[in-house]
Amino acid sequence: MALDTVAIAQTTPEAIQPYAQLGLKPDEYARIRQILGRRPTSSELAMYSVMWSEHCSYKSSKVHLKQFGDKAPKSDALLVGIGENAGVVDVGQGYAVTFKIESHNHPSFVEPYQGAATGVGGIVRDILTMGARPVAVMDPLRFGPADAPDTRRVLPGIVAGVGGYGNCLGLPNIGGEVIFDETYAGNPLVNALCVGVMKHSDIKLAKAAGAGNLVVLYGAKTGGDGIGGVSVLASETFGAGGSTKRPSVQVGDPFVEKILIECSLEIFAEDLVVGIQDLGGAGLSCATSELASGGSGGMKVALDKVPLRDPSLSPEEILMSESQERMCAIVEPEKLARFLEICAKWDVTVTAIGEVTDGDRLVITWNDEIIVNVPPRTVAHEGPVYNRPMAQPAYIDDVNSQTVKVPIPNSAAEIKATVLQLAAAPNLADKSWVTSQYDKYVQGNTIQSQPDDSGMVRIDERTHLGVAISTDANANWSYLNPYQGAKLALAEAARNIATAGARPLAVTNCLNFGSPEDPGVMWQFAESVRGLADGCLEMGLPVTGGNVSFYNQTGAVAILPTPVIGVLGVIDDVRTRTPMSFESAGLDLYLLGDTYADLAGSEWAFMHGQRVGQSPTADLAREMRLIEVLLAGREEKIFSAAHDLSQGGLSAGLTEMVLRHSVGATITLADVGISLLSESPGRVIVAIETSKTDALSSLAAKYQITLSKLGTTGGDSLIINGAVISLNELCTAHTATFPKLFG
Amino acid sequence: MAKIVVDVMLKPEILDPQGNAVASALPRLGFTFATSVRQGKRFEIEVVGDPTPAQLAEVEKAAEVLLSNPVIENYVVRVEK
Amino acid sequence: MRVGVITFPGTLDDRDAARAVNVGGAEAVSLWHADADLKSVDAVILPGGFSYGDYLRCGAISRFAPVMNLVIEAAEKGMPVLGICNGFQVLCESHLLPGALTRNSDLHFLCRDQEIEITNTKTAWTSSYSVGQKIVIPLKNGEGSFQCDDKTLAQLEGEGRVIARYVGQNPNGSRNLIAGISNARGNVVGLMPHPEHAIDPLTGPTAQGLGFFTSILNAMVK
Repeated sequence: MALDTVAIAQTTPEAIQPYAQLGLKPDEYARIRQILGRRPTSSELAMYSVMWSEHCSYKSSKVHLKQFGDKAPKSDALLVGIGENAGVVDVGQGYAVTFKIESHNHPSFVEPYQGAATGVGGIVRDILTMGARPVAVMDPLRFGPADAPDTRRVLPGIVAGVGGYGNCLGLPNIGGEVIFDETYAGNPLVNALCVGVMKHSDIKLAKAAGAGNLVVLYGAKTGGDGIGGVSVLASETFGAGGSTKRPSVQVGDPFVEKILIECSLEIFAEDLVVGIQDLGGAGLSCATSELASGGSGGMKVALDKVPLRDPSLSPEEILMSESQERMCAIVEPEKLARFLEICAKWDVTVTAIGEVTDGDRLVITWNDEIIVNVPPRTVAHEGPVYNRPMAQPAYIDDVNSQTVKVPIPNSAAEIKATVLQLAAAPNLADKSWVTSQYDKYVQGNTIQSQPDDSGMVRIDERTHLGVAISTDANANWSYLNPYQGAKLALAEAARNIATAGARPLAVTNCLNFGSPEDPGVMWQFAESVRGLADGCLEMGLPVTGGNVSFYNQTGAVAILPTPVIGVLGVIDDVRTRTPMSFESAGLDLYLLGDTYADLAGSEWAFMHGQRVGQSPTADLAREMRLIEVLLAGREEKIFSAAHDLSQGGLSAGLTEMVLRHSVGATITLADVGISLLSESPGRVIVAIETSKTDALSSLAAKYQITLSKLGTTGGDSLIINGAVISLNELCTAHTATFPKLFG
Repeated sequence: MAKIVVDVMLKPEILDPQGNAVASALPRLGFTFATSVRQGKRFEIEVVGDPTPAQLAEVEKAAEVLLSNPVIENYVVRVEK
Repeated sequence: MRVGVITFPGTLDDRDAARAVNVGGAEAVSLWHADADLKSVDAVILPGGFSYGDYLRCGAISRFAPVMNLVIEAAEKGMPVLGICNGFQVLCESHLLPGALTRNSDLHFLCRDQEIEITNTKTAWTSSYSVGQKIVIPLKNGEGSFQCDDKTLAQLEGEGRVIARYVGQNPNGSRNLIAGISNARGNVVGLMPHPEHAIDPLTGPTAQGLGFFTSILNAMVK
């Protein structure tokens, strides 16, 4: 193929261009011609098509996502907000923490191991790019039915990929989720979260400022990985019948990424960069246009200088390549020598490929011929915006008008059978088969990890300052009521932080949905965003960033609306956290919060094939009062343990607590069936020494949280209203499920 | 007795981190001959007697569905005496 | 006393090992794989991780790092050397210790709290323990199955060079439940589980791994 230059483009306006195959609509193509005042060159077309894809441009979601800014609560904690690679939060003592969650759903279906591995790699580079040392990862995962043959292909590969990459980077994996539902068959969700720590003064931004400064590419060489992956993979549903596009899979090299992390941190420590951007989706197209538009706009790049792994790549392919483990830095010329020295120490390939220029054009040359000359903001930030039609889907009224009909246990035998059945259900069963493939100890700062309510890491060994993170989604509730579902997921994630005694500070999200071209899906999305924005405003928690993944559907069937909400909190002394469970007998167990007959969207209803009814209504004011009780209880040393109730209700909560340290409990419940199975939000089990009874009562009274006694700890059984379940039996039921399913 | 050998290699366009690591270690030890190294897998399959065309076809199939990952790998089936 | 902690490209547990050395009462000194200088350390730790991505074979490329020539030389003269996990693999590849570490029998990476029994307290790294003492420390690796030929195994057992064994079910298929071994002189020890992650119950399962880092002080006093 002959080189298409700007000069040629000016003289051949009539040339026919394959914009449609690149995923661009006719009006989008017309707009590019209008912006440029000529037809785009093939390289420009490549850049625009990939940057204007749904995945990079957020063109369907933007109009809704702006609520996170419009409704943002006032927060002194937010140091860097939405729009950068990741938000940054002040956690005190001069420390800043950055965290973000991203999806890598479609690639993980195609090639589970590499898809999941590169998902971890991408989010880690986002965090590194902010100037932070990555300190932990988490991975909420969702799969098709646990016993489906394809799940047996996808799940082990994804788990091994998350572990293989994260373990090799030396990042502890401190939590996540593993949830099964038939709508995720063919659309597994791989969401990866990373958290990083830095000092305030270390924050880096993606901007190319200062004419004459150099554009430096470092890390892996560029190959043909995932060419077109972003726009083709993320914009079109595959597997819906007909011929499928087989994308070129991205392969990760965690060893190179580990080197890149250490090399970058050394470079940052010596203050050698003006701006920095990682190369992820859309590769160099994205990095150059975003860096340029982050500055004054002027940048010149000699694309032929990019080190290649595959010398046959064309300029268009180099611009679109998604080869992993690459970074792009803006470096002052006098600092280049030291920059090169550090790269040499780490054996990292590094090349100056261009410079920041005056003016506002991004100019890219190939052997001195100009192949790209664009205003970078039109590529990076001023892409198309769609206000897509949306309509409440017909199923909503239908399912909301029905009521859940499930057996409610009452006799001792029924209670025992129900507790054992829930303990063994794939969504609630012990996840050690998964988490034992992840290194949770590396770095020596992990305070909490799975199966705790939240992950917690120490960030200062001297002062014992720490952060806690939880990710949650309840897609069953979101299906019944996406507005409430998002609020309830937010509340749950915040509560999971607070049970340990950490104060929620900031929110990130990964919004996984079906096709935005389906008005029903678009409505689910809009309602979820509205719910989350309203919820964050009410709880005073800023959204620091997030990710949208559309087109998670097979044919006409979309996944359940799955907004995964991550909440980050801070704890001043990790040594005084409230543990998730009790280690001794003779403690009193209490329930904080109210239990109603909330079976709609519950695990018990799911297990009986019922996805009907009305989701609970989030009472965030009460959630915030409950959080205050949990924080005060930690500070006043009232709690011996605290554990959140969510999926599986009290039955699952008690199971997890008694099995944690093999200390049983004797429980007495009124209305035992509903008490065990209800998933009313805003509830926490706490264990206290009897001497703390008055302190707990007055605390609950002060914050108007209902307090009810559940029983006492001790023995080697979980006894509920006379139904005796030995811990051995319960443990076997809880732990056998995953090994049985996945070997 | 004949052996059926299946060589599985990453496709040429797919990144091979293992091969790269070996390629950069060689010159450090003074071996300067390599311009590139790719690492693969070799399976040796024994059958009774000489392999029949039908067996080879079966092995081809097994190589595609199990021994290799066709998304990122190629394979070659051959008979070794 | 000064204990060197080597960082290879891809080493992960170097900071943890240094922390454990300092908590144990010695001074940790960072050593870089490309250094041709041991900075006058009295002992060396090869920490865990995935040096060179564990590509080719675990430890196979690190074994040729410039600093390893010095370590091999010093070890042969009696300097205490402890290889943990990936470090154990490097010591085997360097032939300072016999045998090899191969893929776990269930083919998965495995991270869990593991009970081990200390079976030799005469080495430079185990004198703080008593024979038969059982401790719980993290095990985390994908290739931790200790393998060697029958003759080597008989020699290791006969000379009492197995320094620790897994208790209970074999976690990875190691021969004779071997978790760690030493050389004949007892100055070089390789251990698959991670004592440096068990120096404080806040961040590890126990503080029972600290003994490896206090033992080295005894070795120097002698």
